[in-house]
Order: sequence, then C-alpha cells, then structure tokens
Amino acid sequence: MSHLLSGAGRSAGPGEGGAASDAWRPSPIQLERDLYRRARSRRSLAVAALSTLVVLGVLFGAVVTSPGWSRVRETFFSWEKAVSALPAVAAGLWLNIRVMLVCGVLIALLGLTLAVLRTLRGPVAFPLRLLATAYVDLFRGLPLLLVLFLLGFGAPALRLSGLPNSALFWGCAALVLSYAAYVAEVFRAGIESIHPSQRAAARSLGLSYRQTLRHVVLPQAVRRVMPPLMNDLVSLQKDSGLIAVLGVIDAIRAAQIETATDFNFTPYVVAGALFVCLTIPMARLTDWVARRQGFHGAGGVV
Amino acid sequence: MTTTSLLAIEHVRKSFGDNVVLRDVSLTVEPGQCVVLIGASGSGKSTLLRCVNLLETVDDGRILLAGKDITDPRVSADAVRARIGVVFQSYNLFPHLSVIDNITLAPVRVHMVDRADARQRAMAMLERVGLAEKAHARPDDLSGGQQQRVAIARALVNDPQLMLLDEVTSALDPELVGEVLDLLRELKAEGMTMILNTHEMGFARQVADEVCFLHGGYIHEKGPPAQVLGDPQEERTRQFLSRIHSL
Repeated sequence: MSHLLSGAGRSAGPGEGGAASDAWRPSPIQLERDLYRRARSRRSLAVAALSTLVVLGVLFGAVVTSPGWSRVRETFFSWEKAVSALPAVAAGLWLNIRVMLVCGVLIALLGLTLAVLRTLRGPVAFPLRLLATAYVDLFRGLPLLLVLFLLGFGAPALRLSGLPNSALFWGCAALVLSYAAYVAEVFRAGIESIHPSQRAAARSLGLSYRQTLRHVVLPQAVRRVMPPLMNDLVSLQKDSGLIAVLGVIDAIRAAQIETATDFNFTPYVVAGALFVCLTIPMARLTDWVARRQGFHGAGGVV
Repeated sequence: MTTTSLLAIEHVRKSFGDNVVLRDVSLTVEPGQCVVLIGASGSGKSTLLRCVNLLETVDDGRILLAGKDITDPRVSADAVRARIGVVFQSYNLFPHLSVIDNITLAPVRVHMVDRADARQRAMAMLERVGLAEKAHARPDDLSGGQQQRVAIARALVNDPQLMLLDEVTSALDPELVGEVLDLLRELKAEGMTMILNTHEMGFARQVADEVCFLHGGYIHEKGPPAQVLGDPQEERTRQFLSRIHSL
C-alpha cells in the first residue's frame, strides 16, 4: 500500500526531493494537468466501485435465490459443523505446516546440491553430472502421487532395518525427492544466469573454482531465483496435503474423517479456507521479494 | 634471457576454433615498465591479457612470470592469478557485495589475511582512490568512473607484481575517463608494472614506455610511444592511427 501512495504522490505532488531550495511554483499548464488527472482518477474510482458492487450483488442474489441454495448451504457452509470440525482440522493443518517447513529446508539443500553438481565442469565431474541429470530427469517425470504410493506403501513393506516405517516419514521423503528435482532446475537457471565476467573477475583475483561458486556465483544466483523459489514453496504448502493419501492425519484427512460421520462437507471447506489463508501471505511475501529485487519503477508511467 | 624479465611472452599462439587470434606473439616486460597494446578491435589485445592471466590456455609458446613458466599445466593457475591484478573494461564488481567487501574478498579468502587487517588495508586503498566515503555503498550506486576506481583498488590491495588493464576507460562517459587515467598515472609513477590495452592515444603517449601495435595475430610494430605513435614505420600502423585520429 505504501508504495502505491508514494507513487501517487510522485505524479501529482509538486515540490518533492530537494526542490525546496528553489522557488519553483507549478506553472498554470501543470496545475491544469494535475486538476484533470485528479478528476479522472476520481471518476475511475467511482466507476470501479459501482461496477464491483453491482457484479457482487448480482452474483450473491443469483446464488442465494437459486433453487438448491438451502441444501448447498447446509452441506458446505454449515456454521455449527464448521465450528465442531475446526479443532481437528486445525490440528491437522499444524502437521501440514511442520511438513512444509521441514521438507522446504531439505528440498532447498538437496536442490541446491543437485544444481551445483549439474553445473560442474571437466571430465572428473562427469559421473556426478550424469547422476544429477538422471535424478532430475527421473523425478521430474514421475507423478508425485505415484512417488507417494511407491514410497509410502512400498518402503514400509520392505521392513528395512534402521529406517522408520511411519507413513509420515515416507510421505515427506516423496515430497522432498520430487520437489528437489524442480527446485534444482530453478537453482541451475539462476547459476547459469550469472554472467561469465563475474567468474572471470573472481578467478582473476585468485579465487578457486569452489570459492568463486561459494562467494560470487551462488549468492547472486540464489537472490535472483528467490521469487520462483517462493512460488515453489507456496506450491509445496498445498501439496503437503497429498500425504493424506497415506493415511497421515493432516488437515485434509482430518476433514475427511469429520465428513464421514454425517456426509456434511463443511469440514473440507474449512480445510480449504485454512490452506488459502496460509498461502495468501506467502504469495504477498513472494511479490514483495520480487519487487525488492529491482522490478520497481522499470515500467515508468506505462 | 640473460637478465630475468618480470614477464616474458614467447611465441604465443591462441585460436578460438578456426579463428587464429594470436599467431606468434613475443614480448618482454621489465619491472616498472608500462607497455601499451594498441590495435583494432579483434586484433587480440584482450586475448593476450587473458592468456597472461591464464583465463585462456595458450595453444603454443610459453609465458614466463619472473622467470617461471606459468603456461606449464603443472603450475597452479590460482596461485599465478593471485600475483597478477586485472581490471576489466566493464569493471565486473560483485553486485551483491558492498564496495569494501569487494575489496576484502580476495585478501581474506585467497591471501588468508586476517579480516580486520584486510578491512584496514581496503580502507587505505579506498582512501587512495578517493572513495573512502563509499566503502559501504553497493557498486550499482556508484558512477562508472567510481566503479572502475574500486575495481582498481580491488586489484591493488593484493600487492600484485603486474597489473593487466583491459580497456579500462572504454565503457566510461568522457568526463569520467580523467579520474581513472589520473589514478593510472600515479600508479605508473610509483613504479607499478603494467600492461594495458587502450584507445586513449594521448594517454598512451604519456605513460607508455613501449607501445605495441597488434595486427593479424602478430606484434606488427613496437617501440617508444614517440616513434610508434608519432612516426610509425609500418604502413598498417599508419593506417590504424589515421583511422583513430580521423574520428
């Protein structure tokens, strides 16, 4: 909001930014232009407000007066059901949040490692490059649900010693394996977008390949791909709900259990609302990160 | 080879695919000497500097730094580069680091200087290039001339034996060229050994001990600036200079 206000101030407001010392007064032409712009923006605002109200009113009226509305409201938007389901669904959502946080960190680490391996040069690194490339190809191609089934149901059945058998563990493993392949490609795009002259400058100072990567290339690359990474994090937040298929009681599974007692689907709506409430702040944060990276002002008045 | 030159380039050849940029280039640089390379773009001036800094591998010939063959693959390229300072046409400062962190990166990571000492030396170096108050600015917030002075400070802080300057004023607005050239003049006066590529013929005339005209992969003509720039013996050199001066 603040940048919108300051933007408006810039176009309309005279006497900003160090101009205080000179005796500038806006010319009659400029005053007339400002007046016109203000009138125009008042008019646009009025039109926008009115049309929004009309559209929302018509939609609301159409929905509420439609023949099946009372049954829809009862089945999907029952207040009592929502209140009774909320504790269980919220408890499940807490699991989703923890899954997202833990997996997010592991995905970033694995993804970055894969990306670095894929960008290594020289014949010595060939096996590493090949392995990383094969990994990314494989896990980008496999549907996430399939990986979930394969690991979530298949791995515990093997009764491997030393590895946990919990569905939650294997569900998280599936998320990490799948997402790391995508995130690796995002990181790699970032690494390859750093101009070769940056490497040349670092190497000419005597920094080794590793030091150049660590101190010059990666810091710039990671900053550059922050917006797409945040986008993947928002996506992970939703997909953390997929572990419900393994029987883990997360928000979705909790809602399903609540629903099963009386076939009232309100708990699903509650879970959906909670997910949306989680992702919206993430999306705004993503926008903010992207804007901070210098997309501001690039368009001028266009 | 009776006395050891600081740098000896011997019969160096370098090609990129079918494009032979350097055919047979030989050149020696004595300590404290300033050698200026001139020639049309594409004549191999930058490639020669990149070969000296081992950013390119030569196809043939060798390059000796203080008598030691640095083109030998058994020599650590990182150790050689740490002894040579390079300044690029487009500054190539690290945009994610502040000015002072740009300068201390190599001392701390390569030369294992204690961080506090490195900062002190970096500040002294910034003082010297007249940018002490910009220590904590980001490179993007500096003018081109200021960025190039930081780049020079970044190279100088490592006490290089040799400075390679690749068209360091070509990307600058005309009114900013002076501040960089003044700095180079001071360096020369202090006895820094330098090889530089430039299109600033007036500057070359002032600071160069020797001017080399590169053409067709060879050093076509070399000698003191008064001779090469004032009274060129070769037709090609004359043509090149007249084209530059008619601009």
